[in-house]
Amino acid sequence: MTERNRLEAGGRIDRSHPLEFRFDGRSLTGYRGDTLASALLANGVHLVGRSFKYHRPRGVLGIGAEEPNALVQVARGAQTEPNVRATQLMLYEGLEASSQNRWPSLAVDLGGLADLASSWMPAGFYYKTFMWPARLWPFYERAIRRMAGLGRAPAAADPDDYDHMHAHCDVLVVGAGAAGLAAALAAARCGARVILADDQSEAGGQLLGERYEIGGRSALAWVSGAMAELRAMSEVRVLQRTTITGHYDHGYLIGCQVFREPGQPDPVGVPRQRLWKIRARRTVIAAGSIERPLVFPDNDRPGIMLAFAARAYCNRYGVRSGSRVVVVTACDDAYRTALDLAAAGVGIAAVVDLRPSGSGHLPRQVRARGIEVLIGQRIVGVRGRARVEALRTQSSAGGAIREIACDLVAMSAGWIPSVHLFSQARGELQFDERLGVFVPLGRLENVVCVGAARGTASLRGALQDGFFAGQVAAQACGLAGREEAQDIATVEPEEAPLDWRGIFGAASLGGRQFVDFQNDVTVDDVRLAVREGYDAPEHLKRYTTAGMGVDQGRTGNINVLALLAEARAEAMTTIAPTTFRPPYQALSFGAIAGALVGPLHAPTRKTPMHDWHAGRGAVFENVGQWKRPRHYPSAGETLQAAVDRECLAVRRGVAIADVSTLGNIDVQGPDAEAFIDRIYCTRMSALGIGRCRYGLMLRQDGMIFDDGIAARLGEQHYLVSTTTAGAASVFAWMEEWLQTEWPDLRVYCTSVTEHYAQIALSGPRSLELLGPLVDIELDAMPFMSMREARVAGVPARVFRLSYTGGPGFEIAVPAGRAYELWTTLFGAGERFGIIAYGTEAMHVLRAERGFIMVGHETDGSVTPGDLGFEGRLAMDKPFIGKRSLRRADLLRLDRKRLVGLLTQAPDCVLPEGAQLLDEPIDSPQSAAPVAMIGHVTSSYFSAHCARSIALGLVRGGQARLGDTLYAWVDGRAIEVTVTAPRFLDAAGKYAYG
Amino acid sequence: MLLIPCPWCGPRDETEFTCGGEAHIVTPRAPEDLDDEAWGEFLYLRTNPKGRCAERWVHTHGCRRWFNVLRDTVTERILTVYEVGARPPQAGDD
Amino acid sequence: MSGERTAIVERGSRTSIVVRGDARDVRFVRAMAAATGLEPPVAPGTTAHHLLDAVLWLGPDEWLVVSETQPGHALASRMQQALQGLHAAVIDVSDARVVYAVTGAHARDVLAKGCALDLHPRAFSLGQCASSLLAEVPVLIHQRSAEPCFELYVARSVGEYVRAWLRAAVREHLHASGGSSP
Ligand SMILES: [Zn+2]
Repeated sequence: MTERNRLEAGGRIDRSHPLEFRFDGRSLTGYRGDTLASALLANGVHLVGRSFKYHRPRGVLGIGAEEPNALVQVARGAQTEPNVRATQLMLYEGLEASSQNRWPSLAVDLGGLADLASSWMPAGFYYKTFMWPARLWPFYERAIRRMAGLGRAPAAADPDDYDHMHAHCDVLVVGAGAAGLAAALAAARCGARVILADDQSEAGGQLLGERYEIGGRSALAWVSGAMAELRAMSEVRVLQRTTITGHYDHGYLIGCQVFREPGQPDPVGVPRQRLWKIRARRTVIAAGSIERPLVFPDNDRPGIMLAFAARAYCNRYGVRSGSRVVVVTACDDAYRTALDLAAAGVGIAAVVDLRPSGSGHLPRQVRARGIEVLIGQRIVGVRGRARVEALRTQSSAGGAIREIACDLVAMSAGWIPSVHLFSQARGELQFDERLGVFVPLGRLENVVCVGAARGTASLRGALQDGFFAGQVAAQACGLAGREEAQDIATVEPEEAPLDWRGIFGAASLGGRQFVDFQNDVTVDDVRLAVREGYDAPEHLKRYTTAGMGVDQGRTGNINVLALLAEARAEAMTTIAPTTFRPPYQALSFGAIAGALVGPLHAPTRKTPMHDWHAGRGAVFENVGQWKRPRHYPSAGETLQAAVDRECLAVRRGVAIADVSTLGNIDVQGPDAEAFIDRIYCTRMSALGIGRCRYGLMLRQDGMIFDDGIAARLGEQHYLVSTTTAGAASVFAWMEEWLQTEWPDLRVYCTSVTEHYAQIALSGPRSLELLGPLVDIELDAMPFMSMREARVAGVPARVFRLSYTGGPGFEIAVPAGRAYELWTTLFGAGERFGIIAYGTEAMHVLRAERGFIMVGHETDGSVTPGDLGFEGRLAMDKPFIGKRSLRRADLLRLDRKRLVGLLTQAPDCVLPEGAQLLDEPIDSPQSAAPVAMIGHVTSSYFSAHCARSIALGLVRGGQARLGDTLYAWVDGRAIEVTVTAPRFLDAAGKYAYG
Repeated sequence: MLLIPCPWCGPRDETEFTCGGEAHIVTPRAPEDLDDEAWGEFLYLRTNPKGRCAERWVHTHGCRRWFNVLRDTVTERILTVYEVGARPPQAGDD
Repeated sequence: MSGERTAIVERGSRTSIVVRGDARDVRFVRAMAAATGLEPPVAPGTTAHHLLDAVLWLGPDEWLVVSETQPGHALASRMQQALQGLHAAVIDVSDARVVYAVTGAHARDVLAKGCALDLHPRAFSLGQCASSLLAEVPVLIHQRSAEPCFELYVARSVGEYVRAWLRAAVREHLHASGGSSP
């Protein structure tokens, strides 16, 4: 198929590399260097989508990031990506794109009926219409959502790779147009580390679409010279196709670089997108500007385009977007479109100028070419639906309407500086009367806008801005500026001023005049919103949705604000634009996640015995970042069956568990004893060397923070163990107190969690197993004691203690030798029938004994008293949280306190978290609200007790012993009896049997 | 993402640090002598100023040292850092 | 940037002793020098080294003594003896960390994918060390040579995770310049 609108020559496309692609199933061709938009226009395709609300036919409006209409779906097989801007999508061989938001096809869209009904769908329509009756809202919502929305989200996982990259620089330059290149050159020549980030596929910015000259040669020759110089400098990093999208505190900016388009195959192993996290000492924003659309009836018809876009498609891509063109303008700049297109042989029907006169050098050149120029006009409408056919205009003084036949309308109301990144960083904006737009007010610390981004209209001005800012930025980084005699002479006579006040059509004109193309917001919508009282920019935005599309109102916001000022009959200077917030351009989830997906999603911690567990079929659970074996099912065994087997092995024989994840902190120094006593609410100073004690740590507010065992290794030396989850926070807590409150205490704390691996041997036969393997007398070790020893030749600390409430030992060895010791112990245990047990069995075993577990029985609002630890508090010494325990609220008798709970039915296991009630209720609807007097904190089936057991926190606690309460489970009240919070007697038998 | 100048390690990303809340809250010398209201005030009440704010920070993933930061909560400017126990710099001397 | 091949090298665990003490106390410095042959560096982020032994700054009163020649317990007990009587602490943590080396032309690019430190030669020089985060994991980075070669000390438990992360991060450079990963 031939590209009927491709010019014979010209443009920056590579005509030796034709590319085939498909749009809505049609096979088309373009060239390397094309965007999808330029290739579609070359093929005469203007109609590219349907609008969001009214499903009106829409064509390409712009040429870059500002594009509100040409959003397409790109798919390859199951992969699909919605809302891709055709103006930024670089064409590749085999690209498959389709239009969005139409059914059944782009040309025949039934949703377009919404357009006919649109006088019934003004701003706030959904709020007003579908709110009653409220219970039908879900129904309305489903119907509305089917009609609205843009593309389709992918259903399958994203197959592409993404990554992140941190970067640092002296000077970040955003934008590689004239001003940006000048800034980058100036800074780099001073020796600065420069990052130049630009969202296009090649440097040049707006120059790529113009026919400008710099220093007597083509501007693009100057661009390539500048780029060659920059690329040759080792401290310069050029990032093409990188949109800086977020500007945060202290010179932190986020950018997204595109290496491959959606669906494009990966030939080289690079990620599809890379998220840059840039820390810049100075930032120069040279983000350019976006052309401002005019507002007139049916200004959204396909074939109506921004004036710069029309000439840039011609100059940059060799594409004629129409064959008979009308330029409509409120400024001189758009006359360039008439000149450039005429030079390319495109027929220009007329230039329609809304201003009362058009006498600058550009209008003179246009007239000199014999092109008709109409001045003092207003646009009353257009003819044509799927493609503009004629423009209808009349003198602003009134009179006859003239219809000018055309197939392309190129419009301009001047330029809008891209101040987004400046504003994101809290830069203030002010209204510029001359330009009719908001421009940066002054500068920010370390951030400056240059060129078109600050409203500089001329090329010469942009270059001067850039060179100056680049040099200043480098100097601010302590780098000496080099003398620069830069010849940047450009031919640029003055242009006549823009008339931005005349850009709106009258209310009486009829037809819809769009201000936000993507969200279908019209002039009438804005005026209606103001009449209804939504006359602050923030309210107006949310009520009309203007500026809330994926294009963030880049082309529309300024016109919305100008209309607002007009409707409020106030000056634009009274209007404060809504704050720009990141991201400037939406980021894909892939880019945000980067490489941290799948197995890399989050750091995973494994113990030295991990592979052994995995080899034995362990089912792992996540405890913080740790992977811990939860249980070791035999083939076909259920969780409960495995846990029963593991629990019984601990109670009757011997079993082994990996407890390496528990935190271990080495505490030593002359004041270690005093320190330990202040950290725990129990007394630790009384410990003899080689002895261990269980203790609780409190926060200042008296609530339990962590628990664990302290072992005294020497006169001035302790080892503190913590819970798995508490390891880091307890260590940080100790350091905090030592550094900030008790700097006088001579104590050093060091985390040794990772150095040691720890193995628990539990059960009545553990002594028999371990005895022959150690070089000490285990029998002589009292319960809760510690000895240094060699276990099977490995230097170890042997602890006689257990968390399961029965006989047992824990053995800590250097992690590098733990696997070896584990297998030795397991081998030696085989004749005793040893098995491994996991965390689930640990939980059951400790609950049988009534041992609390931090995070189950505690939740940050539980005191030692609540758990029945009053008797073990050492109130005659200072400790953290002590004073709080005397607070009246913590002494109340009706606080929730720890109890045991037994269900009537022995096999009924309550769900943890179930609420406890005093009275049974039949159903949630049946009665008045009921007081919840407690909840279940731990609940298991205990094979040893041959029934279910549970712990809970209940108002009144032990005072309720023997009472019957009701657990509310799945809409049903289950009877439970309150017991003491332990289920075994002194001999280790079930206590209530 | 703040860039916090650790007095030891130099400027580092905020993610390496943990904020410990308002600085210069003096732990009462004799908590037992305070009534519940005074103790509760010490535990829970903070000034939460708009503007200059002295905070405690710790370089969790660096040198693990605590230090104080004088930060403007409106502009996010970090005016100075100083050691634990030192008096806050006077207003005006940026 | 066609220089040396970019590679990830697994160096396993290494004798590492945490030392706490007061570097303003001349007795502490002398005792350290006597036991290790090296004085603890006082400037943040610096190291002292002699052949295959080094002392890395961890904090104003904290250092990591590492050795590729001496066993941990021997070095630790020699240091303990030398520091007897001083308020100082010596803790053998030789099994707590594993070491990876990232070397070659793109070493900095590989690390920059997960580490926010500025490792540019103007900001981070040969012999410097820094504690930071790499791929959300606490890491101690030590630049061993100008080649460049960066050694990463990470907790043993996250060793596998870090290895997998490094493998993914170096992948694009394997295509380009034929580097290697473990
Ligand atoms: Zn630090």
